[in-house]
Amino acid sequence: MPYHNHTEKKSADVIVIGGGVIGCAAAYRLAKEGVSVLVLEKNEICSGASGRNAGGVRQSARDVRELPLAMYGVKHIWPALSEELGVDVEYTRAGNLRLGRTAAHLEKLSELAENSSKVGLDVRMVTGGEAREICPYMSADVLGASWCPTDGYANPLTTTIGFYKKALSYGAVFITGITAIGLGKVKGRVRNVYTDDGVYEADRVLVCAGYASRAIVNTVGIDVPVEREDEEVFVTEQLPPMFDQVLGTAEADFYGHQTKHGSFLLGGVSGLQHFTSNHDGHPTEAYTAPSLVRGIIRFFPSFAGVKIIRNWSGQFDSCVDGVPVIDNAAEAPGLTLAFAFTGHGFGISPSVSIALKELIMDGNSKTIDVSGLKYDRFAAKQ
Amino acid sequence: MAKITIRMKSEGAFLPQADDDMIVCRCEEVTKGEIRRAVCEGLRTFGEVKRYLRCGMGLCQGQTCQRLILQILSRELGTPIPDLGRITGRTPVRPVVMQELSRSTEDSKGVEDHALS
Repeated sequence: MPYHNHTEKKSADVIVIGGGVIGCAAAYRLAKEGVSVLVLEKNEICSGASGRNAGGVRQSARDVRELPLAMYGVKHIWPALSEELGVDVEYTRAGNLRLGRTAAHLEKLSELAENSSKVGLDVRMVTGGEAREICPYMSADVLGASWCPTDGYANPLTTTIGFYKKALSYGAVFITGITAIGLGKVKGRVRNVYTDDGVYEADRVLVCAGYASRAIVNTVGIDVPVEREDEEVFVTEQLPPMFDQVLGTAEADFYGHQTKHGSFLLGGVSGLQHFTSNHDGHPTEAYTAPSLVRGIIRFFPSFAGVKIIRNWSGQFDSCVDGVPVIDNAAEAPGLTLAFAFTGHGFGISPSVSIALKELIMDGNSKTIDVSGLKYDRFAAKQ
Repeated sequence: MAKITIRMKSEGAFLPQADDDMIVCRCEEVTKGEIRRAVCEGLRTFGEVKRYLRCGMGLCQGQTCQRLILQILSRELGTPIPDLGRITGRTPVRPVVMQELSRSTEDSKGVEDHALS
């Protein structure tokens, strides 16, 4: 077969397992420093959760352990990322409104806002009237909202592919259609990556393969309590520009925003997804889109007449305590972990790539504090 | 089973063609030149090109352009069409208004009764 291009290249300074936004961004940062990088991806570039999420670039309602990553990105990376990558990532910083319809909702939102304020993020509560001034399309039922003016969104597809293209331009090599099965140690250090195309070798291995990471790192005695979860997103027809804010609700009825393209991206869960999905591929569930639509119309009655064009599902790696693992594994020297992002990894991915570059090259993350995201933090509750 | 594909820094410059301005995906107005340039920049499958350029993501979901895009990609890459991957058809296929999707079983009963009365 003349077109069958089996690789000659089976080693690198760093092997990255996973060609999503984390893997592509880390490959870019490392290749830019002159490190030889080989990225192994099971399917295609951007084919997992990186290509299926709704693109939130959010700091509000984040756990304080990952807030430094979120805030660093909004301050130092996202505003100039399109220029940096030479691809329009459609980053828009116009604020996030998290809506409440009952007193209990407002109480919950106030608590979240207070937690974030304590660590220096500008999040405040606004009245229903103030929220409607910011975004005039919402129902009179909205009693109040939390408002984070520096939150925003970006296009996860062009961002991931932008990182991929930039990594290629700095000499990173990507192999797709190859499945990493496990890792192996040589003289006490992780060195071998076993794949369905033989053994690959590297001085350092970064595992950022979403839920699949767990089984891969299990082969060298590392475990992280992470499960698969399904979520769905749909996209509407293109509409004239209406508003730039990212929307969410206290009860997570739905989330979403209008894209630069004009369509709205709206996502969420039915609440039954644990029981209706068999996790086989990426099927959409009959319950989910109707459930989301009922939530949307409750908050935005005028959306009742808007057309839905496409609906898809994605799986994310849900960590038992809701934040990722970003760390070097002490018991497996040479191994760096970046997974369990729990459905909110995209917005912090540019910052994560800086932390990963430093963890891999210097042994610790100096620029951004990731000390709350260690792989050995898990213990029984009492 | 995805085919093993190696991607490295592009060696050649983009070579324009006379019909690069031709629109291939009518819904999203994506041209042949944009698709060819994406290949030159390192994209290798139909799915990647779709995510990057939106071709096949519009109202018809590629019913018009899918086969054309696969042929362009195959010629650019010298790759047989079966190795270029496919894009996924998404529900609801035809645009559906939210009101229609939002109806619970109870609501639907009401609508039918109303229609009969």
